[in-house]
Amino acid sequence: MCTYATHKVELDGAAKGASGWFTLTDGAVYVDHPQHAAREHTLNIDFTNPADGPSARAAVELTEEAALALVEAIQKALASAPPGLAARGGEPAERG
Amino acid sequence: MDDAMHAGTTTISGHGGAEVEAYLARPVGGAPRGGVVVIHHLPGYDAASKEIVRTFAAHGHAAICPNLFSREGAGVGPDDQAAAARAKGGVPDEQLVGDVAAAAAHLNSLDHANGKVGVIGFCSGGRQSFLAACSLDLDAAVDCYGAFVVEAPPADAPLKVAPLLSRAPDLSCPLLGLFGAEDRFPAPDEVAALDAELTRLGKEHEFHSYPGAGHAFFAVDRPSYRPEAAVDGWKKILAFYGRHLSA
Repeated sequence: MCTYATHKVELDGAAKGASGWFTLTDGAVYVDHPQHAAREHTLNIDFTNPADGPSARAAVELTEEAALALVEAIQKALASAPPGLAARGGEPAERG
Repeated sequence: MDDAMHAGTTTISGHGGAEVEAYLARPVGGAPRGGVVVIHHLPGYDAASKEIVRTFAAHGHAAICPNLFSREGAGVGPDDQAAAARAKGGVPDEQLVGDVAAAAAHLNSLDHANGKVGVIGFCSGGRQSFLAACSLDLDAAVDCYGAFVVEAPPADAPLKVAPLLSRAPDLSCPLLGLFGAEDRFPAPDEVAALDAELTRLGKEHEFHSYPGAGHAFFAVDRPSYRPEAAVDGWKKILAFYGRHLSA
């Protein structure tokens, strides 16, 4: 299929795309046909800054297994660091 | 067979006067010919879409594929343009119709044009092909697995599009529909509902659903490619345009 749920998320950080580093403001997460991965469907993430134009984008296309492993790795990495170390204001973010 | 062609990027004045990039291919020979507007799929104005344009030129048609995401900026990669357009909910229907009208007019302005123009679209472009054929005076339309013609998209889908079934009485030309029996968007019951409505309205149409094929079975660069369905589908498309786009 060509369309599926798209989850948008506000992001704060930086990413490196085809034209170099840019400040990250937005993300979109969705399951759809990939551009490049040799799969019928993948979990796709666009890291973007729309204010800097469409080229301010870093894209990943992951299998479901890889996406879930990534989520787990992110949670483990955060859990192993002192709370708040990577938080915006130095205070721990609420963790769901 | 005289299959020499000119092919390359051009610019047309699209909906609202916007400068729209387009890929044009046409035979070198001087025989009168019909034109085909190719509507690319949601992943954008990619190499596979340009190959489809050249295939029509190799079979004697002039063909053009407007980059529907041109407005996302010049010098931007087609995949980045597609992601940006997707994030905005896709291309508005009115803009699509304007861009297809401009592409059709461009084809008719070329030397050796016989005045007949068909449209073909894949995936989201399948729905847009039907939309164009219900909005413009065209000579033939092909819908390759376009979803959301009969059913509305799921509430959480990114595309802000409405069903088009109520537009069916305005269908201006014969319609060829090519679908995968394993597709879920459009699912077989959605295809059957469109078929029934066109029959009820007395609209000339020809639908084929291929067993063992799902969505995007024409896409040679994707795992969804189904050679048997695609090869037969291409034969049907070329025969259909041969009947309806000749002078």
